[in-house]
Amino acid sequence: MNVNRRGFLKASAALGGAFTLEFSFPLAALAAKGMPVPEVNAWVVIHPDDRVVVRIARSEMGQGTYTALAQLVAEELDCDWAKVSSEFASPNEHIRRNRIWGSMSTGGSQGVRSSQDYVRKAGAAARTMLIQAAAARWKVPAAECTVERGVITHGPSKRTLRYGEVAAEAAQLEPPKEVTLRDPKDWKIAGKPLHRFDIPDKVMGKPVFGVDVVLPGMLHASIAQCPVFGGKLKSVDSGAAEKMRGVKKIVREPDFVAGVADSWWRADQALQALKIEWDAGANGSASTASIMAMLREGLADPKLPQARKVGDGDTALATAAKVIEAEYSSPYLNHATMEPQTCTAWLKPEGFLEVWTSTQNGEASMAAAAETAGLPLEKVEVHKMMLGGGFGRRGGPQDFVVQGVKIAMAMPGTPVKMMWSRDEDMQHGFYRPASIVRMKAGLDAKGNLVAMHTRIACPSILKVLMPQALGAEGIDFTAVRSFSDMPYAVPHQQVDYAMKNGHVPVGFWRAPGQQNGFYRECFIDELAVATGRDPLEYRLALLKPGDKNRLVLEAAAKAANWGGALAPGIHRGLAVVDGFGSYAAMVAEVSVSASGTLKVHRIVVAIDSGHVVNPDTCRAQAESNVTYGLGSILYQENTVKDGRIVESNFRDFPLPQMSEMPRVETVLVPTGGFWGGHGEPAILPLTPAVCNAIFAATGKRIRSLPLKHHDLRS
Amino acid sequence: MLKLNVNGKLHEVDVEAEMPLLWVLRDHLGLLGAKYGCGVAICGACTVLVDGAAVRSCVMSAASAVGRKVVTIEGLAANGLHALQEAWIEHQVPQCGYCQTGMILAALALLKDKPRPTDDDIDQAMTNLCRCGTYSRVREAIHAVAAKSAPKKA
Repeated sequence: MNVNRRGFLKASAALGGAFTLEFSFPLAALAAKGMPVPEVNAWVVIHPDDRVVVRIARSEMGQGTYTALAQLVAEELDCDWAKVSSEFASPNEHIRRNRIWGSMSTGGSQGVRSSQDYVRKAGAAARTMLIQAAAARWKVPAAECTVERGVITHGPSKRTLRYGEVAAEAAQLEPPKEVTLRDPKDWKIAGKPLHRFDIPDKVMGKPVFGVDVVLPGMLHASIAQCPVFGGKLKSVDSGAAEKMRGVKKIVREPDFVAGVADSWWRADQALQALKIEWDAGANGSASTASIMAMLREGLADPKLPQARKVGDGDTALATAAKVIEAEYSSPYLNHATMEPQTCTAWLKPEGFLEVWTSTQNGEASMAAAAETAGLPLEKVEVHKMMLGGGFGRRGGPQDFVVQGVKIAMAMPGTPVKMMWSRDEDMQHGFYRPASIVRMKAGLDAKGNLVAMHTRIACPSILKVLMPQALGAEGIDFTAVRSFSDMPYAVPHQQVDYAMKNGHVPVGFWRAPGQQNGFYRECFIDELAVATGRDPLEYRLALLKPGDKNRLVLEAAAKAANWGGALAPGIHRGLAVVDGFGSYAAMVAEVSVSASGTLKVHRIVVAIDSGHVVNPDTCRAQAESNVTYGLGSILYQENTVKDGRIVESNFRDFPLPQMSEMPRVETVLVPTGGFWGGHGEPAILPLTPAVCNAIFAATGKRIRSLPLKHHDLRS
Repeated sequence: MLKLNVNGKLHEVDVEAEMPLLWVLRDHLGLLGAKYGCGVAICGACTVLVDGAAVRSCVMSAASAVGRKVVTIEGLAANGLHALQEAWIEHQVPQCGYCQTGMILAALALLKDKPRPTDDDIDQAMTNLCRCGTYSRVREAIHAVAAKSAPKKA
């Protein structure tokens, strides 16, 4: 039992029912009584009554990892699923136990696939130790014992012991050096569409999110940052605001101002009453046009680094029978999580900092909090709350934690819950990069694709958020993906990358680099059309036998009856893109009315992720990707004027509604042998499948988004 | 002092008349089920029932809720779960879950008005926004509750 957790639990126990921390720390009651937590190993806690609590290091934002990882642990542990629950691992304890839970980062569809190996081993190790403990008590060889659903049986004597009866003894044993994991074909708990642990609390409206934190004497904060990225605070006249009801303080920082009051509304009212002068700095005249000009300048650079070079593209293009060229582009996009950025921080008199936040990376939040407060990591705890959406916004950048901690430092001893307004959230994101791509294809006399030269101008996400991940010559794989690793067998390929960053912060928007799937798969469609070939046949001809892109293409085409008859007015489009460890192919069925209105009726998506841990959450993620991507196809964009983001709320950055949703049919075709993700892959083929269907319907080739700028009237 | 009837209980709250009901509920009454999403009555994460109608509580002033019956997700079922909440679990509707309390209350208002709603009825009535994309499951869950609770028309 660690001291900080116990200290924290004592503090929270005093709150009574106001704040149900049981959600994040179900062991609260036990620990508050000073009883030892029966931990078999860092992942597996087993109570005397057989309840199993699985510690989860990754965050939960609706993608289901909180349950899926427990399924994997429980599978190897071989316990009664009805008695299993999850709790988040403590980032503070994580640091003090030498990062025992591996990565806390929750992005890149990595939650399950990058932790499956060690969490399964943790479950298997715990099972081995529990059996050994029972065998030791019976003084028999462990090899004579078997286990099923948490009950250990000694074969010869038929004696039994429950996990809960031997957990404390098992915890004292040395963990096994090696364990054998179950063959997925024998899974009984993993691989099943089990109900998610987090759903009952969410439908009951329990306070599980970052914005739901309530602490004794807590105040609320609303903040304003310089509307121009990189700008600074010049002056604030807070005379009127400070006299407003419930207002406790106006916090001034170099790059933001916060109103602090006894309710969020009062804090926000005070913020709006401030007279703030900003120094826009060097970027006050930037606009969408200037940013596009910057990207074009990158495309014109004759000496770009190459993300891929196969064969001799220039010569092949010069000698090609036919050359086809196209330019595509995409705008910036905000994540628009339903829960705005939020952080509650409490700098305690004893010099310990506690933070509650909706984060995709508890460890990164803790590092940001410690650095901001000038405290060692050991003096900081981050309580990971459920996220009201993440989509990449709350992982790399920890801006909201830095702000929350700064506000808490201005109010020492008092917990303060900061939440951004929607306008603040819309205008201070880490946006999906805007980009322009030029593709040039060379076809031989038979129409075969022999050369492809792609030039990409795109701001780099990694440059700021993860510079250690940049490749040679500053290649950002998130900017060149789907071209640099294109599966199509084209003998001559070249991919050039122009890193043009601009002043708008960019970040990991669901499936970073997904816009390249749009460019590539629509361009491939252009080539198929130009050569009079069926888009499915054209792609299959370019894919090597055994390529899993083929498999998902064929699965999607079959499920959607590609080539079969369609209802009048309905048209199909197709695309295949791999990424995040998985392969995804999609058929979109759309109609375009005489007045030019697009309706997406049906989406069929086939996904090969190797293994499937919870098929229902995998399907939910496919449905989610379709909805998330649909808004970006139809009407979402973030534009820049006078250095600032123009859009401010859902009125000018709309989200799709119920009435716009297509039917989504997900075909899971796991072929085993690898572990792919599900949080992002299905968004990869979405935009090109829909835009290819629009071409089939109208003959209009969509090369830029959103569609609201295009006239689809016939 | 304003007197508000929330979930069948009368509360006296010392707040500005113009404070939105959402913030009275969240920060003064400790009822955190209704969420802030946009503050301008677009997204519906703040949906509560006022005299049985689904209302965007982020733009309804506290004063205008006086004398009316406010029901939040916390007051939906006296004990256990409401049929809608059960269906939401059965169909595994929520993802992040942030918008779902609003969805459930909007669905309740819809079913009161139309016990057996068509897909079009659902499209018209359910204007709440969900960033995760749970719409198809919301639709399924509403149909499931309707099928259980309303007699089939001949």
